[in-house]
Amino acid sequence: MAQEAVISTFPNPFPRPKSDTGIWSWITTVDHKRIGTMYGISAFMFFLVGGTEALIMRLQLARADSDLVSPEVYNQLFTMHGTTMIFLVVMPLSAAFFNWLVPLMIGARDVAFPRLNAFSYWTFLAGGLLINLSFAFNSAPNAGWFGYANLTEGAYALGNNTTFWVIGLQVLGIASLAAAFNFLVTIINLRAPGMSFMKMPVFIWMALIVQILLVLAFPVITVALIELQFDRLYLTNFFNPDAGGEPVYWQHMFWLFGHPEVYILILPAMGIVSEVLPVFSRKPLFGYPFVVFAGAAIAFMGFFVWSHHMFTTGLGPAATSAFALSTMAIAVPTGIKIFNWIGTIWGGQIKLNSAMLFSIGFVALFIVGGLSGVSHASPPTDAQQQDTYYIVAHFHYVLFGGSLFGLFSGVYYWWPKFTGKFLSEKLGKIHFWLMFVGMNLTFFPMHWLGLDGMPRRIFTYGGDSGWERTNEWITVGAFIIALSILVFMINYVKTWRAGTVAGADPWDARTLEWSIPSPVPVYNFVKIPQVDALDDWWVKKYPETVLHQESHDTDSGQLAPAGAEDVLPMQARVSPEELLGEDHGIHLPDKSYYPLIAALGLAFFGGSLMSAWWLTLIAGLIMLYGVMGWIFEPVNDPEDHH
Amino acid sequence: MTTAVRKALPQGLDTGTMNRLGLWLFLVSDASFFLALISSRFFVVRLETPEDVSQILGLGLTILLLVSSLTAYRAEVAAEHGDQANFKRYIIATMLMGILFLGGVGFEWHEAYKHFPPSTGYGTILFTLTGVHATHVFSGVLLLGFIYFKGKNGAYGPDDYYPVEAAVKWWHFVDVAWVFIYPTLYLVQI
Repeated sequence: MAQEAVISTFPNPFPRPKSDTGIWSWITTVDHKRIGTMYGISAFMFFLVGGTEALIMRLQLARADSDLVSPEVYNQLFTMHGTTMIFLVVMPLSAAFFNWLVPLMIGARDVAFPRLNAFSYWTFLAGGLLINLSFAFNSAPNAGWFGYANLTEGAYALGNNTTFWVIGLQVLGIASLAAAFNFLVTIINLRAPGMSFMKMPVFIWMALIVQILLVLAFPVITVALIELQFDRLYLTNFFNPDAGGEPVYWQHMFWLFGHPEVYILILPAMGIVSEVLPVFSRKPLFGYPFVVFAGAAIAFMGFFVWSHHMFTTGLGPAATSAFALSTMAIAVPTGIKIFNWIGTIWGGQIKLNSAMLFSIGFVALFIVGGLSGVSHASPPTDAQQQDTYYIVAHFHYVLFGGSLFGLFSGVYYWWPKFTGKFLSEKLGKIHFWLMFVGMNLTFFPMHWLGLDGMPRRIFTYGGDSGWERTNEWITVGAFIIALSILVFMINYVKTWRAGTVAGADPWDARTLEWSIPSPVPVYNFVKIPQVDALDDWWVKKYPETVLHQESHDTDSGQLAPAGAEDVLPMQARVSPEELLGEDHGIHLPDKSYYPLIAALGLAFFGGSLMSAWWLTLIAGLIMLYGVMGWIFEPVNDPEDHH
Repeated sequence: MTTAVRKALPQGLDTGTMNRLGLWLFLVSDASFFLALISSRFFVVRLETPEDVSQILGLGLTILLLVSSLTAYRAEVAAEHGDQANFKRYIIATMLMGILFLGGVGFEWHEAYKHFPPSTGYGTILFTLTGVHATHVFSGVLLLGFIYFKGKNGAYGPDDYYPVEAAVKWWHFVDVAWVFIYPTLYLVQI
């Protein structure tokens, strides 16, 4: 056949890796679980980098008139801290959970496009390394994570600092978009039979909504970055007012992306919390459809609030009023969610373990951040708070108290599923309380400083300002947070060596991933499950607890009560070998080098734009080689079929 | 080949369905991209269009691209019906029109540089919009060329022409993007 001929003629110096162990099996993996693990580890490493940047800033600010770091270095620190925490920590940590859980929770063996998934990961890692490589050239980005024009224009931002930022974000955007297409197709097309949309776990709903936000919002920042890059590297003048450009246009574009981005960061954590709270309250999620639709409403409204970041740019009373109203309105679906979470734990048999503590902490801290958010939805108040530490306090309550607490809740909750072992509860609780206290000590006083007029992004302040004592305490708080992370790392190392082995379903949970062994076998499900209800795994285990609610389903045969032998993990009854011998054997996609080559070529291509043209040419050829190899490489080698 | 892949995928899923949905999502995303890009015209130069913009050239380029969508469609239908001769003929015709379009944009750049270089307000918009769009057209020409070389010996048939369909869909999308860019650049008047 012509096709076979093409496959064999494409120059491939590397034999396709087959081994399931060793470093190359990880580098060439297309398994969603391994990719999820790599996302998690990489994001945690970047978390340590971004956290160190924060600690240096806090050391600098602990004293008035301090000169620990220069203003230039301080600018790089706050820019890279923000950029790192948003694009290299919270987003990829969410991606780690999506990778691990989307196939497991919908009853699939992998994502829709496994090699594209590997490409997303390597592109993310390469983009993250590229943007941090700027430190080696002493030109780390220094114009803030929002890169306001026209400070970023070539005439004002000399050197490659901003160019590193622009190109790094473009590469990271490609990684996020590729992952978004992948997860959307996975969730829409690969759900287990019977899992209608309103039977999906809330986490999957939030994953779906986040991918929609990514698909629609990331192109906007892509365009803005292209325009900025053209301004900086070529001849255009999009944001240069001297030549007819419009600096406020940058802000519109940035926040039209930036506000949906906020929901991209928080919705995954909301999904995690919606999974954890019911399990440890021994109750179903209160008002499932409300939680789902409130999530969708937040995402939809998130596209119509961007100008609340720009009240002080002078948009005129009509626009300002409209955006103030839409911003206040978004508190409604958010409030619905909070009441549903409280309703879920209300009257439940609450089990206060680490996962539950982090989830409850999420709800409590997110309320504080939400309330300060409503306060600057009002333009006159906002004018007072703009560019002060009040804003810093607000978004750390929602992104640290919110996103990170939610993500840590997920870490403690799903760790037994990921690794087969429990994290230590004792250390987990120490981690929680240190982080909770440290977080509040760090960020709560920032409200006062902000209202007292302390501006953001200043590298130091005068001794007569009266801010020194408060800043000292904030720095103490920051180091308590650092200590809590150290406790988490100790927990990781200790339980890795000698953790308690967890069974398939240690929490007596509700969703499909707990119906298969821990750690998860490479093919996930020996047999793709049939889903009949929301919280299907719970219903299969305890049909008597739900039948009275859904008796109409039973009549139509939809919810036949399962026999005792049906509810055991299927692996207990059928060995994979037994099934693999049959005609419907489990084929998993083969490993591949090409996603890695294409991703490295892409990042190299981006970086080379700052150097010589021939490097760009080489990088382009590497990328082309990766893509062509990918096209001609079948998902599975033909000789693998039997 | 499709059958082999279909077998190989977990769960025995129809890869065609997933590929189609994936492509559509990409098109939605790229539509968002073009929408954002087009917005720059209204923010940066409002409705101003210089008098010396060549209306003839803009109209000619538009007609060329619209006709190429017709031939691309004919190529897809031919592939679907296993009509090898017409498949090759129409793919080549579409590619030629695409290349001609790129030449036209090149000529326009050459001329526009004298009247409104990229550093001016309108030049900023014109060069960026046409440049980014031309890059899309170029990728479409490459894809069609790829399809041609894979398909000229009969790799595609009635059951297996998805790659042709995908490349043609991409071509239509790039066309539709131009349908919005053309009035934005040429026809808007104060």
